[in-house]
Amino acid sequence: MAASERNGVTMPASVRPGPPLWLLFELTYRCPLQCVFCYNPVDFARLDQELATDEWLRVLHEARALGSVQLGLSGGEPLTRDDLEEITAEAHSLGFYTNLITSGVGLTQARLERLRTAGLDHIQLSFQDSTREMNDFLSHTRTFDLKRRVAGWIKALDYPMVLNCVIHRLNIDHIDKIIEMAVEMGAEYLELANAQYYSWAHLNRDALLPSRAQLQAAEETTNRWRDRLQGRMRILFVVPDYYEERPKRCMNGWGSTFMTVTPDGTALPCHTARMLPGLEFPNVRTSSVREIWYDSEGFNRFRGFGWMKEPCASCPEREKDFGGCRCQAYLLANDAAAADPVCSKSPFHHVVTEAVERAQQSRPVEKPLVFRHKEESLTRSDPALIRDS
Amino acid sequence: MSATDIRDSDSPAIARGFRLQWEPAQSAHVLLYPEGMVKLNGSAGEILRRCDGVATLAEIVSDLEGAFSRSGLRADVVAFLTLAAERGWVAFRGRDEQAGAIGDGGE
Repeated sequence: MAASERNGVTMPASVRPGPPLWLLFELTYRCPLQCVFCYNPVDFARLDQELATDEWLRVLHEARALGSVQLGLSGGEPLTRDDLEEITAEAHSLGFYTNLITSGVGLTQARLERLRTAGLDHIQLSFQDSTREMNDFLSHTRTFDLKRRVAGWIKALDYPMVLNCVIHRLNIDHIDKIIEMAVEMGAEYLELANAQYYSWAHLNRDALLPSRAQLQAAEETTNRWRDRLQGRMRILFVVPDYYEERPKRCMNGWGSTFMTVTPDGTALPCHTARMLPGLEFPNVRTSSVREIWYDSEGFNRFRGFGWMKEPCASCPEREKDFGGCRCQAYLLANDAAAADPVCSKSPFHHVVTEAVERAQQSRPVEKPLVFRHKEESLTRSDPALIRDS
Repeated sequence: MSATDIRDSDSPAIARGFRLQWEPAQSAHVLLYPEGMVKLNGSAGEILRRCDGVATLAEIVSDLEGAFSRSGLRADVVAFLTLAAERGWVAFRGRDEQAGAIGDGGE
């Protein structure tokens, strides 16, 4: 089959995507935390028309019929939705593998048991840091003790204990303690993911981007623990894109695998794509998942290779990384169709190297940290205000 | 685990945290695990769907040989189960129930 016909537009077979295997529900932007690295849109507070339960359930049915298999339940803090159990139960009965991505704030043992009964398959618990002071500073709430308790409940219900800790300049030097704590809690898997610089993390980038020396020390510490643990707890260490020479294969290719549905029903090819200008993204309130996935301009815009400019268009690595991340290209090169400036071939790579060079200086941060809270969000409606340059 | 480790009396089961199901959209069995999926080829799917923690290796082999009118499948089944155990997809009841590693689903 050479091509498929949709709405009169002929798409080459190579562009015609498979099903949206991975579905992420950002159920709400409400969150008790105020993390300085949050990837929710900086103007989230203006987007407060959350989908109703029956709308989420309809999206589950439509996506599953297309072949979606993985469901992430995230936010904001998904536990602030009191229909989380109902959505989980429906997803489970439809055959989704259900993943809850939570800070644990708002969870009780009884609620976790209800989620288990509803068929929740997996929980990823996020920590900001292992030291209470730093945790409270970074998340702005006193949640550390709660998370310890939640971790105990997760283990007691025989879920794999999976911890995620976002790493950045202000906590990376505590990585030894973070790993030690994860071991003490009986974690089987620890994700030490450096913040990537979008949304709130981008606003706070100069305060959050670690130095090269910090990264090296953290990786050495991580490797020492890996040797010592002999596989008893697996550790994934993710470096910031800014320290790479080639961009990531973002979302496994735009519109190839992944669909996010935001609290207000906007469907996106990635968590942060809403920031891209000149692109209309469809809404599940007015379009079916099938129309969204196969026919919408927003999902088709960066599929395949036809949209690429140089240096991507003729790059031998274009099938490997698809030109990297469209949001990073927009934030750093002011052009969503440009090469991801993380790539050393990008004419805007200097924007990345300059940020990295600034991160090598030990200096007090000039700008105060911007915490993700509603009042702050309401002052930031114009995405142009958050770009570099 | 090496091939010689699996005995006829062992009963393989899908490991904790993994789920096997048939996907009409992909016309294949898939193995789901946290944030990942392995699409299985036909024979892998046929073997894994018999791994219920009750049937022994000998019973699985004999069931497969009956279903596909073939003989001499034992070596292939053992080879696949060895690989599946290495990747953490299956565990052997009563032997290594803790073996299911998270996030280790292979490609």
